[in-house]
Amino acid sequence: MRVHIDQDKCCGAGSCVLSAPDVFDQREEDGIVVLLNAEPPAELREAVQEAAAICPAAAISVEQPERV
Amino acid sequence: MTTAERIEAGPGTGPGESLPPLDLPAARTAGCPFDPAPGVERALREEPVTRATLWDGSSCWLVTRHQDVREVLGDPRFSADATRPGFPFLSAGGRELIATKPTLLRMDDPEHARLRRMLTADFMVKKMEAMRPEVQRLTDELLDRMTEGRTSADLVAEFALPLPSLVICLLLGVPYEDHEFFQERSSILLSLRSTREEVRAAQDELLEYLVRLAESKRQRPDDAIISRLISRGELNSSEVATMGRLLLIAGHETTANMTALSTLALLRNPDQLARLRDDPSLIKGAVEELLRYLTIVHNGLPRIATKDVRVGGVTIRAGEGVVCTLNTANRDEDTFPGAGGLDVGRDARRHVAFGFGVHQCLGQPLARVELQIALETLLRRLPGLRLDIPFEDVPFRHDMGIYGVHALPVAW
Ligand code: HEM
Repeated sequence: MRVHIDQDKCCGAGSCVLSAPDVFDQREEDGIVVLLNAEPPAELREAVQEAAAICPAAAISVEQPERV
Repeated sequence: MTTAERIEAGPGTGPGESLPPLDLPAARTAGCPFDPAPGVERALREEPVTRATLWDGSSCWLVTRHQDVREVLGDPRFSADATRPGFPFLSAGGRELIATKPTLLRMDDPEHARLRRMLTADFMVKKMEAMRPEVQRLTDELLDRMTEGRTSADLVAEFALPLPSLVICLLLGVPYEDHEFFQERSSILLSLRSTREEVRAAQDELLEYLVRLAESKRQRPDDAIISRLISRGELNSSEVATMGRLLLIAGHETTANMTALSTLALLRNPDQLARLRDDPSLIKGAVEELLRYLTIVHNGLPRIATKDVRVGGVTIRAGEGVVCTLNTANRDEDTFPGAGGLDVGRDARRHVAFGFGVHQCLGQPLARVELQIALETLLRRLPGLRLDIPFEDVPFRHDMGIYGVHALPVAW
């Protein structure tokens, strides 16, 4: 799983930090999203997907690994 | 068109026109004060994108489904810029408020983003989580005072309203001694019944007060938001005052009403109250569920289409107004099975009680901390909490842009 963020779209609502605090954080100076881990382990998949789904600005996308 | 003329004309035949246009804001039924108005619930079931008539006789679209509401609010082709001709206002006061001094709430990017980003750091999750000890202290102090030597009180006046007011005053650097002044003004601004003149006067007084406050921070700077906005040098005192007004009103009326209405909803659902009391670790999820179930921004969010856009099978034309009802979206069975019931164990995180899109509530991390602490502490400290008047007599805020109760007499 690979996570992408778009800081230009981000509106700093912070829901991703609540859903997946090991993957997302907010920048000190302006509260905009930063990635702590672009390739989170599989056990965080659900939390990361939830974060992407609730992001109000569609600033998070998740790339799933090819199924084998 | 008047109601009589419309009934005469009958429903139209186009997509989204099979129901007669619904009057907005829609009236709730007295018996079910936690449920959305029957008119908007019917739209959700029968015609999720439908025509509506606003208080001033103008027409707009009503969008009711969870998916469609997210689409509209997340789509930059729908503008929040209230200076565009045809923008749908939900009350005369709302129109007056915007016409004179628009805030970032009713602007589009990039101007909206520029202003919002001056504030996002102040309300980010880390900062608000760090406020917990302070919010807990204020909560305990208010409850000490409310319960000392007494067994009953009005929960709104003594707890639900003062708590968020104290917190937002602290964050903004507004003296709490002035709370009666700004609470009265903000009630006028949020009342659906206020006239244009009343709104204008209240608005002027509040802005004048905040301009003076901002000016005083130039002389004596502090570490709070208003002072820091002034010292950034990007906004003049009047712009800072406009931003301060938005934060002051949004920062106390909303959380205050959520606190009181949540308490009442729990008292009316004793099984859910018992679950939460027995397992306080449920509190975070319970607050999300209460936000969903109660959706206090109950009249919906207004937008205007800048291009032709298809929503839920209906084409909304450029220039047409849209109202997205958050309360129907949060009762959409496709997203929340059993949506009509309060279930504190539900995963309600996809609710849209804070809106959606780039305008989604800036203060949500603060609101969450306040609600979690206020409700958890209230239930823990007052195990015998009960309503002190018949439920039928509870004064619900049908007349206000933000739903809740005007007063909540309780005993313990
Ligand atoms: C339970 C409490 C709250 C609820 C239900 C709530 C709800 C909302 C909603 C629905 C919006 C979106 C409006 C729109 O898109 O047209 C909004 C925006 C906003 N809220 Fe809240 N709010 C709450 C608490 C707070 C608090 C505590 C603050 C603190 C300062 C706050 C500040 C704001 C601001 C500044 C905006 C405008 C954001 C923008 O336009 O970018 N709110 N709120």
